[in-house]
Amino acid sequence: MSTAAPAPAARLRRIAGKLLSAVLVLLVAASITFFVQLLLPGDRATVILNIRNGRDQQWPAEEIAAINHQFGFDRPLIVQYLDYLAGLLRGDLGTSYTEFRPVTAVIGAQLLPTVVLTVGALVVAWLIAVTVTLLTVRRGRILGGIGAAFEAFTASLPHYWVGMLLLVAFAVQIPIFPVIGGDTPAGTVLPVLTLAVPLSGFLGQVLREEFHKVLDQPFITTARTRGMSDAAVRLRHALRHAVLPGITLSGWALGALVSGSVIAESIYGRPGIGQVLVTAVNNRDVPTVAGIVLVVAAVYIVANVLVDLAYTLVDPRLRIS
Amino acid sequence: MTVLARSSSVALGRLPRPGTVLAGGFVALVVLAAVAPGLLTSDTPTQIDLTNALAPPSWEHPFGTDEAGRDLLTRVIHGTGLSLGIGLGATGVSMALAIVLGAAAALAGGVVDTLITRLLEVTFAFPSLLAALLIVAVFGPSVTTSIVAVGVGSMPGYARMVRGQVLAVKESGYIEAAHALGHRPWRVFRQHLLPNAMRPLVAVVTLGVGQSIVWASSLAFLGLGVPPPSPEWGALLDAGRGYITTSWWLAIMPGLVIVLFAVAVTSLGRTLQQRLEGAAR
Repeated sequence: MSTAAPAPAARLRRIAGKLLSAVLVLLVAASITFFVQLLLPGDRATVILNIRNGRDQQWPAEEIAAINHQFGFDRPLIVQYLDYLAGLLRGDLGTSYTEFRPVTAVIGAQLLPTVVLTVGALVVAWLIAVTVTLLTVRRGRILGGIGAAFEAFTASLPHYWVGMLLLVAFAVQIPIFPVIGGDTPAGTVLPVLTLAVPLSGFLGQVLREEFHKVLDQPFITTARTRGMSDAAVRLRHALRHAVLPGITLSGWALGALVSGSVIAESIYGRPGIGQVLVTAVNNRDVPTVAGIVLVVAAVYIVANVLVDLAYTLVDPRLRIS
Repeated sequence: MTVLARSSSVALGRLPRPGTVLAGGFVALVVLAAVAPGLLTSDTPTQIDLTNALAPPSWEHPFGTDEAGRDLLTRVIHGTGLSLGIGLGATGVSMALAIVLGAAAALAGGVVDTLITRLLEVTFAFPSLLAALLIVAVFGPSVTTSIVAVGVGSMPGYARMVRGQVLAVKESGYIEAAHALGHRPWRVFRQHLLPNAMRPLVAVVTLGVGQSIVWASSLAFLGLGVPPPSPEWGALLDAGRGYITTSWWLAIMPGLVIVLFAVAVTSLGRTLQQRLEGAAR
């Protein structure tokens, strides 16, 4: 108990440090998305007028001036930059080049279906990975080999291929699920699997390696000599230890999940920010693309800080250092 | 007996495993298709045969035919060059950026190192596909944009590895010796430091080519890479997905080739990695 006394202060300092660095990372991420928008070749007002009218031409000076004024391009760069950052604090991601609306309004309602999709896929991927690992690790060469091969194969599958295979198999050949499911529950199954299958391969590879390490630990032998059944040893002791690196990987996997959801939403015609993103890239609506990318980066940064903090709480060794 | 068993197992260890042979064979086939597609198929990729449109896979057309009756396998073979070129180009772009950033961080140290390391940490927050999409949005879809977008999107991981390698190598005795012999810093970097730092990364680069092709084809699949009617693998996906509910082979078969190539390259890269690690020990 005496060792626990100095811990809270150190822990608070550690947490504060993490949060501060996360804010800095967010600031740099926002700066990147701001300056990337400046790379748009040619005069931005002309580009916007061209996009809006679907033509490539020279525009009268007054129309250019009107756009420059509307988007604030006539102000010094540093003012635009600070204004962009200040806007972010108020939850303003800028104005869409094509829709005249704030980017937040364009993203708006599309966020929820994507969150449902990615979180659902993460859960399903964990279920598949844990089941396959528990059933096949250290179960002889053949079964273990099959499990490992399954993981290595699924981990290297591109999302678009999984998505199209599932679509052909379970919506066209055996029509259990709808081809275009929208965001209905039945229409969510195949998109979720599209994201979950490759991810389960990644998670499974890590889980398997950890299981191999943990099952050689002395406390496993102790548990076995106490007469604990193999299933109980795996579930109660080994799984707990093997899961930790998987949690870190899950934070990292968010990026892959978002990339995958762009593909899955496109295949299944499912509403979500992936669809908005593809439309915006097609229209060269750079502020909307930059806004979505920044939101995803922010979610990634916050999620990883949370994973990091969860670790500090779970693993007592990290409280002191 | 044990001596015999051991020596035979050593001999076996030197023989490549069947999986490696298979993977190597497939990659060799793909490279051949890229360099000399005419050797693998006598047909032309634009041969139209409307009486045979949308035919499913058969002995005559192993991958089936498209809406104009063009043989899909022939098109895949003729698209290999561009696909491989994009994969190699993107890997080249990301390695070049990674070497500049990683080596600068490791050699300069101090504030520069902190700045670059932090910047790389931030870039990890941008998922590769989204970073690539942002670049496509700014510059518009094209072959060059695909190469740059995929290259930039996958750069952070490489840069971190290059930095680690250069850090490890720059303290070596032979680098010190080269400096002591009075070689100019640039020459030491080019002749001694870089080759030795990069050698363990050969395997990683091999894996990277497979990944780059997958990312580039994902862009094309979304209609934001190489556009149809090019027979580039991603463009074939883009053209085929419109027929997915009626003629599945048009998108599934080119996808299968990409998957097999990615798996083969990954397996070769892993084997290479083990060999290199074994040699280092």
